[in-house]
Amino acid sequence: MQETTIIGKLGGFVTRHPWGTLLVSTLLVLVLAAGMLHLGFKNDYRIYFSKENPQLKAFEAIQDTYSKSDNVMFVLDPGLGDVFTPRILQAVHRLTEGAWQLSYSSRVDSITNFQHTTAEGDDLTVADLVADPEALSAAQIQAIKRVALGEPLLVNRLLSPTGHVTGINVTVQLPGKSSMEAMKVVAEARELAARIEAQYPGIELYLTGMVMMNNAFAESSMNDNQTLVPIMYGIVIGVLLLSLRSITATLGVVLLIVLSIVSALGIAGWLRWDMTPTSAIAPTIILTMAVADCVHLLVTMLHNMRIGHEKRQAIQESIRINFQPIFLTSATTAIGFLSMNFSDAPPFRGLGNIVAMGVVMAFLLTVSFLPAFMTILPVRVKLQDDLDNRPMRRLADFVIRRRRALLVVNGLLAIGLTSFVPLNELNDEFVKYFDESIEFRRSTDFFNDNLGGLYSMEFSIHAGSEGGISEPDYLQSLQRFADWLEEQPEVIHVHSITDTFKRLNKNMHGDDPSWYRLPERRDLAAQYLLLYEMSLPYGLDLNDQIDIDKSAVRLIATMQSMSSRQVLALERRVRDWLQVNMSASGIEAASPVLMFAHIGKRNIIRMVGGTLLALVLISFILIAAFRSLKLGLISLIPNLVPAGIAFGIWGLIDGQIGLGLSVVTGMTLGIVVDDTVHFISKYRRARIEKHMDSQAAVRYAFSTVGVALWITSLVLVSGFLVLSLSHFTMNSDMGLMTAITIAVALFLDFLFLPPLLMTLEKK
Amino acid sequence: MNKLLLAAVLALFWGQCYALSDEEKGLQIMQEVDRRDTGFGDSSADVQMILRNRHGDESVRRLRMKTLEVIGDGDKTLSIFSSPRDVKGTAFLSFTHALEPDEQWLYLPALKRVKRISSSNKSGPFLGSEYAFEDLTSFEVPKYKYKYLRDEVFDGIDCHVIELYPQYEHSGYTREVVWVDKERYIVLKVDYYDRKDSLLKTQLFRNYQQYLGQYWRAGEMLMSNHQNGKSTLLISENYKFRNGFTDRDFDRNTLKRAR
Repeated sequence: MQETTIIGKLGGFVTRHPWGTLLVSTLLVLVLAAGMLHLGFKNDYRIYFSKENPQLKAFEAIQDTYSKSDNVMFVLDPGLGDVFTPRILQAVHRLTEGAWQLSYSSRVDSITNFQHTTAEGDDLTVADLVADPEALSAAQIQAIKRVALGEPLLVNRLLSPTGHVTGINVTVQLPGKSSMEAMKVVAEARELAARIEAQYPGIELYLTGMVMMNNAFAESSMNDNQTLVPIMYGIVIGVLLLSLRSITATLGVVLLIVLSIVSALGIAGWLRWDMTPTSAIAPTIILTMAVADCVHLLVTMLHNMRIGHEKRQAIQESIRINFQPIFLTSATTAIGFLSMNFSDAPPFRGLGNIVAMGVVMAFLLTVSFLPAFMTILPVRVKLQDDLDNRPMRRLADFVIRRRRALLVVNGLLAIGLTSFVPLNELNDEFVKYFDESIEFRRSTDFFNDNLGGLYSMEFSIHAGSEGGISEPDYLQSLQRFADWLEEQPEVIHVHSITDTFKRLNKNMHGDDPSWYRLPERRDLAAQYLLLYEMSLPYGLDLNDQIDIDKSAVRLIATMQSMSSRQVLALERRVRDWLQVNMSASGIEAASPVLMFAHIGKRNIIRMVGGTLLALVLISFILIAAFRSLKLGLISLIPNLVPAGIAFGIWGLIDGQIGLGLSVVTGMTLGIVVDDTVHFISKYRRARIEKHMDSQAAVRYAFSTVGVALWITSLVLVSGFLVLSLSHFTMNSDMGLMTAITIAVALFLDFLFLPPLLMTLEKK
Repeated sequence: MNKLLLAAVLALFWGQCYALSDEEKGLQIMQEVDRRDTGFGDSSADVQMILRNRHGDESVRRLRMKTLEVIGDGDKTLSIFSSPRDVKGTAFLSFTHALEPDEQWLYLPALKRVKRISSSNKSGPFLGSEYAFEDLTSFEVPKYKYKYLRDEVFDGIDCHVIELYPQYEHSGYTREVVWVDKERYIVLKVDYYDRKDSLLKTQLFRNYQQYLGQYWRAGEMLMSNHQNGKSTLLISENYKFRNGFTDRDFDRNTLKRAR
């Protein structure tokens, strides 16, 4: 065979010129790795949405029309159950003042700087609700408390209905030039919180908001890399030492892994890609993937040496035997990861591409760097035939003896478990992307339980003409919409300009409570608003609620913690209601919650396409490699069934499918194929070259690749299980699910594929 | 006697060797800006205010602005809005003061009432624009402390660059950096730094024209907010000077009849 001779020459060249090979391959890696200097890191949650994403576009349009709503929310727990004491109000006041000094802050809202309006004679007084907290009498505090707890713009937004917890919301305008911006704001916010806590013992501050979330993305992936990667290396080294029983070989593998990782990251850097919390796990995955290639090469080489071959000859022979399967498995693995390019969430495309590059690099180094390295360093082995091991032989005997039963039982098990797939539902709750060990999650849970909520829907409601928002009809329907929203069980708070209009109307009538209603004339409403706007100080204007030509307002509904399904259901109800009641107005709805609620479905639909394409490509490769349509088709079964079973198991144990899981099928397809390729290629070799019958061929396959499959799967499963320790659930779910899929695949390759081959190839 | 002579000679040298401090130099330049604009009496202009947001939307407000120069104190200004139609006929009267808080009133035709506006809003936006009240009130020397920074060519024109530190209460700025044309002593550009001392806005003055052979007025003023991406363009037309305005034209009690 032409191919074999080239490969034979490769093996000969590498073992004859080990120093040259080592030098060239290391230099190449260094050149690639230099690109790592250009790697940036993005930690904005918006990176999970492509530029074409309709929900992102709608949200950006609203932000551009009004103002950005990136924020840091300080939730203040006074510790004694009452915010309205001189000491606590002082603390809130100080915190408010301090918050204006945070980098990029453009607005600070709290109960102390709330712009309270009163009628004073014929004039409208607009002033901070708590201007001078040092000098408040008990009566004044009671008055402040009464105003605050009666103010719809405060209660459930910045103040709990009982007054036991209050919030200070800082709107932040990040220029978006570097990911350090969010981290800088967070560092300053934490320092401010610590200062206030130290000045006022007993007070506890919880920090949440979208900026804190962006920061949590960055922090959790940094933590993962600090904790998970060392564990991973430990596991790999342990497994390799146990299975290869050679320190030199283990060292070679570890070096190869490092070189593969830095090359892949370096290429990403040269391409000016930004790392994300998702692609940050690429090193861990490459680490896992690279092991497989090396193990196959080294197991054969060490085996050859143990049965008495000279080292160079053993290496050459190992390259000859393994080149094709390693090439095939690397290709299929790369295809599997490349299928992530179909994802609607760009970070997964980055992850797939970086890992695919790592896999290719690992293959190239396995056939050049690794054999050269092994040629140079001394390798000592005891002479013995270790492949002829008893457990594998027993397993082969068992599989052959019980093939009918295994076929039926495993077939039923597969069908049974796959039938639980419908128990899964799509869910992307961004707060729950972080587990309870993450500060952001705990703070947000406290915020959700005690005050308002991080989940919101923003509506931009158009009046149709310049100044039209003062039209009484428009204000009435806006009020009806706000009232209807308020009645929805999921909705905690509705922030609407109508509350301001009603209050102004009351103020302009000598604070008579019976005038707390919407103005009935357009010019009156417009001029009330003008007077109020002209009285507001810096940063507390209405530009975040009213567009520049007063033709549209932004209304914000805050919701309790809820799943994507519930969000979509509420969105549908809102749209139906608007259709019936406000079809005349143009209305846009958008928010981060809506973006995440829709992404799961969009992503899954696109990933199904990507996975199918990967499946077709991989199947063609297998059919071509086995030179048999039949074997190619048979191999599809153990390649596809694991995904079905794994999702069935997932439905039983968790049932929530987020962004992280939607890419697993495509990704694991390329991995689980590897075991099948190795098994079937050995089976086929036995059938064709050694003219064995199917049972003997199965026995041969078990004895030649059983151990290698066992080791590589062990490494893969433990690698992805380590990922499942991540506190970032997008990564940990993906890790756990991939581990399950690979474990199921190994189980099927040992206990289902052989009976299938023996049954379908009776000769 | 000899001693006295010596002292006089020394003082002369002293003044030459040790030129003005940056603070004094800044003050001098701004005093010159103020001096050259003194004596115009009164003026009026038609102003268009064009608001733009990041999304590319635009909104136009029109007003007529009258100014009465008050020697020794801040000027009086009266703005009468003609559009948008909801606020047509609304009049805004303001008395700028050098050191005391400004006084401001708003006449609302729908209520037929004059309302006083507290000066604590000084830092707040004027008519929802990127202009704060304090950006539009007349320049008075005692309102700031000064520091000369450097000379610089801006837009092909030799300029002094001076830093201004607001001395009045409720300002939204820690400082303003002003580019003053060395020849004409007019302001070409201002950078505004917010309370946390980061760059908030930049104002550019364009299409200057000279009136009465002395007084320069910008035909266009553009205020860009760097933090929120919004901007406001002020276009002033039909400048008229020496209209014969008196205090009676700038009286809160006659605001209702202002046209």
